Amino acid sequence: MARSVRIIPRLDIKGPNLVKGIKFEGLRVLGKPEDFARYYYENGADELIYIDAVASLYERNSLVDIIEKTSRQIFIPLTVGGGLRTIDDIRTVLRMGADKVAINTAAIRRPELISEASRTFGSSTIVVSIEAIKRPDGVYEAYTEYGRERSGIDAVEWAVRAVKLGAGELMVTSIDREGTGSGFDTVLTSKIAALVPVPVIAGGGAGNTEDIFKAISEGKADAISVASMLHYNYFRHFKYEKSDFSSEGNIEFLKKGEVPAMVEDVSINDIKRYLFDLGICCRI
Amino acid sequence: MDNEQRVKIAIVDYGLGNLFSIKRACEYVGMDTVISSDSKEILLSDAVILPGVGAFGDAMGSLRRLDLVSPLKETALSGKYMIGICLGMQLLMSESFEFGRHDGLDLVKGQVVRFNEPADGKRALKVPSVGWRKISITEAGASSGSPLYGIDNGSYMYFVHSFYVKPSDSSIATSISRYGDIEFVSSLREGNITGFQFHPERSANTGIQIYRNLKDIIRKHTKGIKDV
Repeated sequence: MARSVRIIPRLDIKGPNLVKGIKFEGLRVLGKPEDFARYYYENGADELIYIDAVASLYERNSLVDIIEKTSRQIFIPLTVGGGLRTIDDIRTVLRMGADKVAINTAAIRRPELISEASRTFGSSTIVVSIEAIKRPDGVYEAYTEYGRERSGIDAVEWAVRAVKLGAGELMVTSIDREGTGSGFDTVLTSKIAALVPVPVIAGGGAGNTEDIFKAISEGKADAISVASMLHYNYFRHFKYEKSDFSSEGNIEFLKKGEVPAMVEDVSINDIKRYLFDLGICCRI
Repeated sequence: MDNEQRVKIAIVDYGLGNLFSIKRACEYVGMDTVISSDSKEILLSDAVILPGVGAFGDAMGSLRRLDLVSPLKETALSGKYMIGICLGMQLLMSESFEFGRHDGLDLVKGQVVRFNEPADGKRALKVPSVGWRKISITEAGASSGSPLYGIDNGSYMYFVHSFYVKPSDSSIATSISRYGDIEFVSSLREGNITGFQFHPERSANTGIQIYRNLKDIIRKHTKGIKDV
């Protein structure tokens, strides 16, 4: 039986804009998240992930509007994360049309949130997001607050604990690789995937289709979250109105429009066909 | 003028499940919806959707606490169109073996069982099974009047589940799917009762087509009941 994997565009959102950084820093404005989400939905995305890039810091959640707008027209699973702290926060985004929530900072601060949330909403609704940096001693340390704060917690041990508490899926992101296009940290994802019975979504590092294949074959991931590759592909080929974004944030990139060379120019379908030819099942 | 008549569908709210994506899908194809745990309101609708995510025992417990078990059974027995989605379909069955044995609504004879390890023992299956899997549509499923009518055989649907149904009468299956080396009934239909293990409301355009079919079926079905 061939393995079946999901390709999940990840949209990091700051205020009204889709943004992309490198290692979660230097966020560039790329456009309106609704445009990208709609395009990905129509072109084979298996799910979507929205992450509010600033919610943890400012204790607010600007995503609600965007979720509300997109969920009326997009009929694939939507995971929302960033700044969700309480059962009520989770209920709010689910009521707006999210199917699952991703929690990181609040879960590390108070792990019981995972068990409470999975009891309240069902464990398949609760994705625990683990964002890790590899220390010089080889230990992967979990970070909170969009990669800004150390937790002192071993990410692999935390993964096992989070699943015991009721996480239905894990989203594992290597901060070292995030936005760099230098490939996934397959050691991190395979270590975790070997220890947990639930699906693992690998994130951070996709630069080309081969990286994605490796994340599945070596990294044992069940799903892949992709950002830069897809965002820049859309950006290159679909010259949408440049006024279609709020002028809030760093818009230098949009003004110049120079796409970074570190990521391969491929669409979701290109990725899936490549994987399919290598014997990996995906919805085409 | 009957074609103009809008279909009103009740989505049963018992505290679990993705009511809102179901609501959005119904609205998208032009049905009116009411999310409710009030049996009177449920009885006033043209059809009922029983959604559900979570554990079988908890869900039945909630239905009992909300005094919904008898009204739901009566609704189904009265001939009203009833749709179970995911855990909602499992609840329609006689019994489940999720963390012990639990009685279901017993509207469809059969059991709910867990995915086991593959027989060859090679690769343990991840549970819950999350993702897109193909449905192979049975003859019953491809017939007109089935919600899967006109859907391409082998279409991908979105699944999230650890358990699956085993109806006593396998001929009620409208589609079969596969996880690892296990083949299971991924949707079924018996009279006015329809169930989907997958989430049509999360299965992109193909899933939305199922909602369009449901709207037409419910409209005809309701008219049929009223004419009697």
